Amino acid sequence: MIATAQAYAAAWGARFRASLQYRAAALAGMATQLFWGLMRIMVLAAFYRSTTAPQPMSVEQMVGYVWLGQALLMMQPWYIDREILEEVASGQVAYQLLRPLDLHAHWVCRDMANRASAVLLRAVPLCIVAGIFFGLEAPPSVGAAAAFLLTTLLALVVASTLAAVVAVTTMWTISSLGVRQMVGTVAMMFSGVVVPLAFFPAWSQPIVANLPFALMMDVPGRFYTGALPLAALPLELARGAVWILVLTLLGRGLLARAQRRLVIQGG
Amino acid sequence: MRDTLALIGHYYRASIRGQMQYKASLLLLTLAHLLATGIDLLGLAVLFAHFGQLRGWTLAEVAIFYGITNAAFSLADAVGTGFDRFGTLVKSGRFDRLLLRPRSTALQLAAQELTLRRSGRLLQALVALVAGTVWLGLRWTPLKLALGATAVMGAACVFVGLLVVQATLAFWTTESLEVMNTMTYGGVQAMQYPVTIYDGWFRKVFTYMVPLALTCYYPVLAILERADPLGGPPWLGWLSPLVGPLSCAGALLLWRLGERHYASTGS
Repeated sequence: MIATAQAYAAAWGARFRASLQYRAAALAGMATQLFWGLMRIMVLAAFYRSTTAPQPMSVEQMVGYVWLGQALLMMQPWYIDREILEEVASGQVAYQLLRPLDLHAHWVCRDMANRASAVLLRAVPLCIVAGIFFGLEAPPSVGAAAAFLLTTLLALVVASTLAAVVAVTTMWTISSLGVRQMVGTVAMMFSGVVVPLAFFPAWSQPIVANLPFALMMDVPGRFYTGALPLAALPLELARGAVWILVLTLLGRGLLARAQRRLVIQGG
Repeated sequence: MRDTLALIGHYYRASIRGQMQYKASLLLLTLAHLLATGIDLLGLAVLFAHFGQLRGWTLAEVAIFYGITNAAFSLADAVGTGFDRFGTLVKSGRFDRLLLRPRSTALQLAAQELTLRRSGRLLQALVALVAGTVWLGLRWTPLKLALGATAVMGAACVFVGLLVVQATLAFWTTESLEVMNTMTYGGVQAMQYPVTIYDGWFRKVFTYMVPLALTCYYPVLAILERADPLGGPPWLGWLSPLVGPLSCAGALLLWRLGERHYASTGS
């Protein structure tokens, strides 16, 4: 048990250190995201100025929400550990299957490590710059900050279990581009990155709130800005737990089926 | 000249035949592209449903801005794929091969591929234009058609120019820079709305540095028969056929400069 945990921890650490190497790319990415964030804020602020009706979040909260959307961009499931996808496409996954580790757990672990470092690399400098120059404020209370951290961790697990499901489908399709694009598009829309979920029509609220995508950005974002009260935390945690369970079972089920009829590409 | 056009025709026919070998894949990728670009439209609809109007602009009017901009970008994107992927060409040293051929490298890159799946964006641009026209009861007089056509062609030229500049930078950096996406994809995103909603610095960037406002915003103003809230004279809408080719020419000059600077990475 301990040896297994150590093996996963080692896989995690190796991944984390490897992805910390690409600092220049992260810097370029940050500049890009600052631009997108500023543009989104300008558009939404113009909409705010067009109406006098009370809004589900204040302008300050909206600004914070948009910046968190940019900071947590790498939580999006279109971003998947490239090596996992290449392993399947090239047939190297066969070596992984020989190892005395559970493949699904291994994938989730690696994806989580990759994702965590990618998010941290972008989020920390972005939040500092946005905080100093572009109106990102600190959470209104310690409780809000704690709820944000907790739900961000939850987002990490949900995103990685979903990414594992996408990765498994590569076993049938070889090229993951199509599936990844589809999932990515839906996720961008329903996680609140394109339009904050609070602005969606009332009839759609119960639906979008129960999709796993809301957990990847909207929920942490709303806790951070205080747009969601702390009392909502247990419900969101429960939703997250259910989705992690569902996505894990789905991923494992698909993987088991895929392994039964696995074709290894290459000699 | 005729010889050159025939050559481009040959290249494109070969490219199309190649893509047609994978018909199902092409169809799926086009659909995925339609969906991916369609979320912007969905986002617009959600925001307008919530806020009602945007600084006096209606959804139908914004749909015209959206349609013109996206039609232009889809054309530029289909032709500019060679430039878009130029980074990998430099990195692998395969650019040397282009240099050996008795034609200009810019021509070869532009002719390299006509990416059919990008037509997904064109399709939804047309949907937006038709929907906007119907809602507004817009009458496309010959003059307005000319305005619309020159706007699309002019903006497409500016976008191609941007892709060329992006590729040119790779002569120095070897790597394609993600930052340039802020001007290409960011430009499309920004021009989907009337520029009046943006802050001054942002409008200046997209008027003087990247003259997309002249090719997207002012012509559409004239089509909608609205006076410029910023007080610009109406003839600004007719500058597109001048501004577009000029920016493209400027980008190609830069390309020549970069090409002279090129040092192969391969052997």
